[in-house]
Amino acid sequence: MTERLLPTPSHTIGPFYGHALPFPGGGEVAPPGHPDTITLHGYVFDGAGEPIPDALLDFWQAAPDGSLDGAAGSMRRDPSTGGFLGRNGTDFTGFGRVATDADGHYALRTLPPGNSGLPYISVCVFARGLVHHLFTRAYLADGADPLLDSLPRVRRATLLATEGTHRTYRFDIRLQGEGETVFLEFR
Amino acid sequence: MALTQSDIDVEIKDLQDVYDKAVAGGAPVRHHPVRDYPPYRSSVLRHPKQPLVAVNGGDPETVELSGPVFGVTDITEIDNDLTRRHRGEPIGERMTVSGRLLDREGRPVRGQLVEIWQANAAGRYAHLREQHPAPLDPNFTGVGRTLTDDQGRYSFTTIKPGPYPWGNHTNAWRPAHIHFSVFGTAFTQRLVTQMYFPSDPLFPYDPILRSVTDRAARDRLVARYDHALSQPEFSLGYAWDIVLDGPSATWIEEGR
Ligand SMILES: [Fe+2]
Repeated sequence: MTERLLPTPSHTIGPFYGHALPFPGGGEVAPPGHPDTITLHGYVFDGAGEPIPDALLDFWQAAPDGSLDGAAGSMRRDPSTGGFLGRNGTDFTGFGRVATDADGHYALRTLPPGNSGLPYISVCVFARGLVHHLFTRAYLADGADPLLDSLPRVRRATLLATEGTHRTYRFDIRLQGEGETVFLEFR
Repeated sequence: MALTQSDIDVEIKDLQDVYDKAVAGGAPVRHHPVRDYPPYRSSVLRHPKQPLVAVNGGDPETVELSGPVFGVTDITEIDNDLTRRHRGEPIGERMTVSGRLLDREGRPVRGQLVEIWQANAAGRYAHLREQHPAPLDPNFTGVGRTLTDDQGRYSFTTIKPGPYPWGNHTNAWRPAHIHFSVFGTAFTQRLVTQMYFPSDPLFPYDPILRSVTDRAARDRLVARYDHALSQPEFSLGYAWDIVLDGPSATWIEEGR
């Protein structure tokens, strides 16, 4: 086997990504007006329990039919103005990006993921002060699952989104301390 | 009382010594920064205390082994030229920054999205929260995007960013850098990082760079001046390859 290349180290996203990474419609993954649309939303908290107003969340999920192929067009552009057009309303890109607001809140409108096993949306968390991003998962249902079943009950609960009214799911992310979210590493 | 650079220097040195001793004693080399790195004050409340939970990357049904895709609709033709967004040209040293996006097996990551952002030549971001009293440049926003080509290559035309002060401690200055956000073929390979310039005198003082405790890993964040990339009468060339970590679906197919 050939020698593997050494990876480029991660760095914090810092405080000034706001004019670069978030894009209009980043959280609108579901086609506008789609009757199956769900809203995943919540707050991101630091170790003192304070909401984090400058976190950035990337989301990735299976399409409703289970496809993991994704589709281009999350950041569809207008070639004449350079502005953002939003997704094309038919392709399901599976990718969303939302920056938390001044309250530390985010919301993602998407379609239910159709991955095998329990449905979940993968979340990648970036923030000033966080030198290496963190992965977690928002599970939209409870049940048998290799990851969930490997966790003690209290920790397992941090990965379960709570279903509310009007097809909403609440999923808070706690970077540290009491109720600290389970973060993942892939090997 | 506000901390001085010498307070921070002591903390950086202590943590460097701890790391160097551990590696000398047989501990594995750390390719990524330590999330709990007190010299970078904002990290204190923003890192988990519990260990990360390992997910078996060998299960092909793991959603994170695939990832978002982007295409020609997601970029415009001049997105990779940060000097052509306004009526006039930005002030500063014009540069061509180019390199390849690779996985750890050295395979090119093709057609993927590379996003960059940076300060202007005076060290000021076009961001409202940026309070550094250096001039804004009406001809520079400092944002770029591109897709890698069939060899995994990306290329940007921009100007050299200036170093800038920040509030971590008294007289804290960031070395000049360009922020990069990149995707691999799998979500596991997601990377946000910063590219630096050769021989910056601010390197030893910067707790963000020093949170990468491995010297060789820090060196991998520094671009190389490449005269072959310099364009006559136009720009200076910097080469910087990016290697993504993390398992992917193709990695499983090919039997690791
Ligand atoms: Fe920066």
